[in-house]
Amino acid sequence: MDFQLTDDQRALRDGTRELLAGRFGRERLRAAVDGPVLDRELWRELAAAGFFALRLPEADGGVGLGLPEAVLVLEEAGRALLPGPLVACQLLAGIVDGVATGERIVALADAPAAPADGPPHPAVTSAPVLWEHPADCDTLILLGGAQGADPVHEGREAGAYRSAAADVVRTPFASVDPLTPLARVTDIPRKIPLPLDVARVRREAALLTAAQQLGGAARTVDMAVTYAREREQFGAPIGSFQAVKHLCAQMLVRAEIARSAVYAAAVTEGVLDATAAKLLADEAAVRNARDCLQVHGGMGFTWEADVHLHLKRAWLRAEFWGGAGAAEEALAEGLIA
Amino acid sequence: MDLTYTEEEEAFRARLREWLAKVLPGLPAKPAAADWPARRAYDAAWQRMLYDAGYAGLHWPRDAGGQGATPTQHLIFLEETELAGAPYVGANFVGLLHAGPTIAAEGTPGQRARWLPPILRGDEIWCQGFSEPGAGSDLAALRTKAVRDGDSYVVTGSKIWTSHAEVADWCELLVRTDPEAPRHRGISWLALPMDAPGVTVRPLRTLAGSAEFAEMFLDEVRVPAGNRVGAQNDGWRVTMVTLAFERGTAFVGEVVACRRVLGALARTARANGRWDDAVLRRRLGRLSAEFTALWRLTQWNVSEAQSGGGVPGAGGSVFKLRYSHARQELYDAAAEVLGAGSLDADQEWVADRLSSLSYTIAAGTSQIQQNVIAERILGLPKGR
Ligand SMILES: Cc1cc2nc3c(=O)[nH]c(=O)nc-3n(C[C@H](O)[C@H](O)[C@H](O)COP(=O)(O)OP(=O)(O)OC[C@H]3O[C@@H](n4cnc5c(N)ncnc54)[C@H](O)[C@@H]3O)c2cc1C
Repeated sequence: MDFQLTDDQRALRDGTRELLAGRFGRERLRAAVDGPVLDRELWRELAAAGFFALRLPEADGGVGLGLPEAVLVLEEAGRALLPGPLVACQLLAGIVDGVATGERIVALADAPAAPADGPPHPAVTSAPVLWEHPADCDTLILLGGAQGADPVHEGREAGAYRSAAADVVRTPFASVDPLTPLARVTDIPRKIPLPLDVARVRREAALLTAAQQLGGAARTVDMAVTYAREREQFGAPIGSFQAVKHLCAQMLVRAEIARSAVYAAAVTEGVLDATAAKLLADEAAVRNARDCLQVHGGMGFTWEADVHLHLKRAWLRAEFWGGAGAAEEALAEGLIA
Repeated sequence: MDLTYTEEEEAFRARLREWLAKVLPGLPAKPAAADWPARRAYDAAWQRMLYDAGYAGLHWPRDAGGQGATPTQHLIFLEETELAGAPYVGANFVGLLHAGPTIAAEGTPGQRARWLPPILRGDEIWCQGFSEPGAGSDLAALRTKAVRDGDSYVVTGSKIWTSHAEVADWCELLVRTDPEAPRHRGISWLALPMDAPGVTVRPLRTLAGSAEFAEMFLDEVRVPAGNRVGAQNDGWRVTMVTLAFERGTAFVGEVVACRRVLGALARTARANGRWDDAVLRRRLGRLSAEFTALWRLTQWNVSEAQSGGGVPGAGGSVFKLRYSHARQELYDAAAEVLGAGSLDADQEWVADRLSSLSYTIAAGTSQIQQNVIAERILGLPKGR
């Protein structure tokens, strides 16, 4: 057993952090806030750096790495608040043409299937099917479909379908996250089935989303600590006050607990491990961003500070690929299985 | 990142399992919690079995009489003994996890030869006399004084919360040898024979009703100067070696046990109907994630120790802090599963619920752990 990053994994993490700092620094981030349109050139650059082809075999033009490496890259993307359907493009590279090279941008929309036995759960069928960055995508892949009355969820079975973005009827709404435009899918043609292991895609999407949450959770610890060292009140850095120290300490603990769960799930590929990882990483990202805001005082409540961007993205990611309720129920079921 | 065990590690596990299956049925019945002499005998007998089979002091260096096992092997040992229902380290805790490693690291060859083998064999029990009425979290405020007189120290003062003091043969004692020096530089580490004239032990009853720890009064107790480990006035540094161990692998078996308890809670709730309560179900599901992550963090810390030289670092504070609270939440959830049954003090989970209350206090309170994390890991300034 050696549950530590290998030298190669460390190099990948550092390299990704450097790449993103160079290509998506604070100025670009704030520009994206003002105009949340995906930068296709950046997307192709990320592709060229192997962002999406990471797990494709080298024979197919990929990098030949595994899920742990994908997690490390997505963690860095989460740290940097890089916008876009990164998880979808990571998972569908090699399955949908042009995604690996960054020529095509693809998103995933999840319409969870109702349990096979018994009537569909009301909470499931009424859940809106969300689509991130609808205006930037070329293709949308719909996962699953429960039996029900509305046209979105009315699928024959839980499969995957591919649609040209233009064919999907959607209702955009004002996204709480200024970096992630959202729409609600209201009608989708199910003409082109896609041979996908849907359960696996859901599991890996949950894990890679958790990895982004982990990155956000770790970044907000750094932001809070940096600010607490610099900002002075009562003639001393606020980080010397114990109330502030303890907020920061709890933030670190949350991030490190989430890290253990996320990295382990990347190694085991177990479904309950991924579920636990998502639960803990969601909590770490959301609560750390809240505490980071508190440490920043009035500055934390401004549009200008980046803190709210982390909080809003954390809220958003927490809604994708299984929220806390479903995760806790699944884990509870796992205890008696 | 690799969570699979090497062939060698798996072979170690298989050998250990085989041995446990063979010897555990032959163990005497567990003694009553209040019967301290019987508890000592039981813990000592188990330690002797470990010694005879070559498992004593697994993680100690070979030149200290240990097995020189890797941190991973130690993890496997703690995991397997817990899974097999083997006895806990019990009264041997301080000897094996605090005093022994300190002597191994800082003692002279003569001191190592005198004290280490009896610890490994289970022949001598140690306790830890650090805390005082006026020195808890602020350990460096300790005032028990030791005055040099010829080749002895004359020790006067009092200690408190000393676990296992009633049955101990030795006490690792922190004393003040230079009252003029800055606080951390006037402390020495002494091995105190518990039967020395002038030592009085008065048991203290815990909220669980049992006497797990004691007060110790020291009235002009003569301790040979040769019982000092490390240089005079260097006891603080010597002690920190010990505390680093205390925050390392000490909880591996417990995390394994907590995961088992969690499964048992779920099955009990299913049987008694409480499982229909979604709030309780979700709470148990949440704890499942929590203990899974704590187990992974343990593996992470052990792997780090393995690559970095064996002494767990400040990262142990992250574990200790989160684990202490998770354990309390676990037994609070147990109480909810039990309902009115949680008022029965003889119920196993109820007893564990009571003892879990000490976890956020003993071995550094949660507030102190947060200070340590903030200052030593995050580098926030010391201050108010
Ligand atoms: C079951 C058990 C077994 C023990 N066994 C032993 C043993 O074998 N040997 C031994 O030497 N000791 C032992 N102890 C003692 C233990 O180490 C101390 O209880 C512990 O260090 C806290 O000290 P205290 O009890 O004096 O509390 P205090 O230090 O008086 O703390 C009281 C409260 O104040 C808070 N506080 C104190 N200082 C700060 C600060 N700087 N910042 C924020 N909050 C602060 C604490 O967190 C706590 O909430 C044991 C304790 C228990 C509960």
